[in-house]
Amino acid sequence: MPKKFKFFVNGERVEVDAEADMPLLWVLRDKLGVTGPKYGCGVGVCRACTSHLDGEEVQPCVVPVSECQNKKVTTIEGLANGEELHPVQQAWVDADVGQCGFCQPGQIMAAVALLKRTQQPTDADIDAIENMCRCGTYPRMRTAIKAAAAMPPQKPGGGKPTEQPRGNGPKQPAAQQQPQQTTSAPKPSDGQSSGGEEDSGTLLDGIGSAFG
Amino acid sequence: MAEPEPVAQDKSRGLRRRKFLTFLVAAPTLTVAGRFGFDALTEASAVPSLPALGEVSDLGDVIRTASTPTHHLMVLEVTEDTRVRFELPRLEVGQGISTSIAMIVAEELDARLDDVDVTLSDARPELEFNQMTGASANVRVLWEPVRRMAADARARLVQAAANRWGTSTDELTTQDSAVHAPDGRSLSYGELSADAREESAHGEPKAASEYSVVGNPLTRLDARDIVTGKAMYAMDLPVEGALPTVVARPPTINGTVGSVNAAKAKAMPGVVAVTTIPTGVAVSAETFWDAMRAKDALEISWNPGSIGTMSDSDIKSELKKAVQPLAAPKVRDTYLDATFDFAFVNHAPMEVESTVADVRADGTAEVWMPSQTPIYAQQVIAETLDFDLEAVTVHVIRAGGSFGRRLFVDTALEAVRVSQAIGRPVKLMRTRQDDMKHGRMRPRYHHKIRASYTGGEVLSFEHRLAGVAVDLNHGLGEALTATLAQQGQPVGGAGLYYFNFSQAVPYNVGLANQSIQEIQLDIPTASFRSVYSGTVRTAEEIVMDELAERMGKDPLEFRREIVKANSGTTVLSKVAEAADWGKAMPAGHAQGVAYHAEYRSHVACVVDIDATDAANPRVTKAVLAADVGQVINPRGLEAQLMGATMDGIATVLQAGVHIDNGAVRESSYGDYHWTKHRNAPFEVEVHIIPTTWDPGGAGELAIPASAGAVANAYARATGTRPRSFPISF
Repeated sequence: MPKKFKFFVNGERVEVDAEADMPLLWVLRDKLGVTGPKYGCGVGVCRACTSHLDGEEVQPCVVPVSECQNKKVTTIEGLANGEELHPVQQAWVDADVGQCGFCQPGQIMAAVALLKRTQQPTDADIDAIENMCRCGTYPRMRTAIKAAAAMPPQKPGGGKPTEQPRGNGPKQPAAQQQPQQTTSAPKPSDGQSSGGEEDSGTLLDGIGSAFG
Repeated sequence: MAEPEPVAQDKSRGLRRRKFLTFLVAAPTLTVAGRFGFDALTEASAVPSLPALGEVSDLGDVIRTASTPTHHLMVLEVTEDTRVRFELPRLEVGQGISTSIAMIVAEELDARLDDVDVTLSDARPELEFNQMTGASANVRVLWEPVRRMAADARARLVQAAANRWGTSTDELTTQDSAVHAPDGRSLSYGELSADAREESAHGEPKAASEYSVVGNPLTRLDARDIVTGKAMYAMDLPVEGALPTVVARPPTINGTVGSVNAAKAKAMPGVVAVTTIPTGVAVSAETFWDAMRAKDALEISWNPGSIGTMSDSDIKSELKKAVQPLAAPKVRDTYLDATFDFAFVNHAPMEVESTVADVRADGTAEVWMPSQTPIYAQQVIAETLDFDLEAVTVHVIRAGGSFGRRLFVDTALEAVRVSQAIGRPVKLMRTRQDDMKHGRMRPRYHHKIRASYTGGEVLSFEHRLAGVAVDLNHGLGEALTATLAQQGQPVGGAGLYYFNFSQAVPYNVGLANQSIQEIQLDIPTASFRSVYSGTVRTAEEIVMDELAERMGKDPLEFRREIVKANSGTTVLSKVAEAADWGKAMPAGHAQGVAYHAEYRSHVACVVDIDATDAANPRVTKAVLAADVGQVINPRGLEAQLMGATMDGIATVLQAGVHIDNGAVRESSYGDYHWTKHRNAPFEVEVHIIPTTWDPGGAGELAIPASAGAVANAYARATGTRPRSFPISF
């Protein structure tokens, strides 16, 4: 029998009626219209749906909704701070990682989780990422992860790069005044204290230099 | 040259008359100045080979010829708010075609890239053979018409400004989507758009030396959408009321439904309908979870599949029987024979096959799908539904990868059948297991090669292969046969044409001969990225290494001696230098090299392999050098060569599909071992040779070169002679 489940998705409180064993992926996609996490296998091997549950990496295709009760779900849609990309997203753009793009939401969420666990991931740490990319963007992902890892430690309220994309400044406070907006709402603390979601960081020179 | 006409006169699409500049490309002159693969022969001492057909006129030329008559129907618009819109009659599968086309338009129009929107065109039957995505031909085919179209648009905007200011066009310049006068006045393209549509001036495309956009590395225009999760694929579209639908499928390939008991499934929560279709039993429900659970509750008896209880070994035997015998005499002891086998390979794009379909009671249908052949899709959907062609609209949605898979319409036909039967819109998705067990595949192939040589020269090179027939009945095959028939070519199967127009030995090896026998076996196949070359040229590159060894030559130097094209020498020399070819390596490590020429492009690849654990080899580094003519976006080109290298690694080392008793063994990425982070090189270096030939193709180019280099590196590192691929199978 369906039960009510309450949890947060990207900072927004949600309530759904679902069978307890319904995978979070289908709750997100088919009941809540959150389509960033992709179906690629349904058994946790391709990891295209990778998202965070209370700050920990999970594959929503194998997480029953009952495990999400009162917890905080972060999907790719909730990673950026309004218009300001998360440093890992920015590193992905700078290295021009995406091709078909389908696996990239999961790849980015996995990389964010890795950087939270290990601030300076080694090649072996990156090798351990199981997420599948059929277009073969692995070398650029490796570059992007290392670039994101090399960003200076984030200092709240400081260390902002002097050159901000035009229009970002005024937009940010405005977004903060509208917490009800799903895409721009400040996220609940999902444990990503070192994930640096509060700062776009400085992008490194040399991203992509491995590609001649 | 025919006068371009405003698109407003095109009633077929029901467009209203627009005030802004919208026009069709001026009928382009077909430029046949493209270089040949052997454009400039190297002055080698090798025994020259006659050019193969594919070197004189290749598949891309055929496709260009087939598509040219409708180039003038493509649409470029400059709107009154200075948006430049190009409706791209191609599918974006991730290869960056939208970005490249936007760059060409921005370059020739002197428009800001931010002002250019490239959208994927719905199926437009009037485009005939000019709405197919394949054969690495997109940029090759579209380059000339698109740049001419944009140059004409720019000329008209300049003329409109000159009229407005009463000046000569010679004094005016264009930049940042505006026309500028020497006195500082300027008018945006939006302000000039309405006037410009009354003009008829023609512009000449720029010389390569004038480029400021084309040829400069650019990050994909959709990069931000990709990283924020905003990029939408078919299953993400908010089509009102579309019911999630999955299909219960048979245990064997092409098995059919015997009897169905759906009582239990129908009683399950969320289930709306159960529909038997030719390929299985579809369940439509409120969510995919509901549909999948109910699918598992169906009780179905299945009839046998189309290949009975055949397994890989049976198919391999059939191929061995079918392959033509080698005819070259075994002269003295100076010949080399080698046979090769390549397993079936599934395309396995990340986005499973999926289609949204809304077949309405009023006799119209609307379909959203990633399609490389939307006109063909529209035709077969109309036939399936027994609707008029015009009653079916096919929207082309970006694909989550393709590699050849989206040439076919299998899933769309399932979706429209279900939607028609239940009278509701559906979003039909294959599960990964469906895609693996009932997906289309690169066929299994068996190859026999005999090369004869004397002293330091190769005298003959004979290559016979047999494969399960690759299904080309998706529009592209029709384009080939129709075009060639018009040119008086003998009537043959599309596969034979495809083979002959794409295959060539790119070396001077004396008498060279390649031929294929395809066997008809009812297994779903499709062109796979690089099609025949994926196995043909890989096998040949392995033989090149072994020939070099027999003659006591360095394999890279040997290739440089006998390669036909100057560009081949250039890319081989570049890759030798960049990869530090011949460097000292520890035991169990080695380098491997290979070269490939196709699509009027050339690439050489050197990989470093660590095979100290021969069962788990790791390619640690890959270096590629490519000459693809005028590059539109070097960053995108690099991505294509890099991605194809990952395919080369997978197909040679560890990824293949087994057929057991009439069924596919693999079910997901857990047992289908495509390249992952742990298999990918730590470093990939791409060197692009700056040339300004008309663009060649590049999307599939690197597969044979990377696959050959990996096989050769593995052979050297382990002291083995790999003959069956993938090596770990």
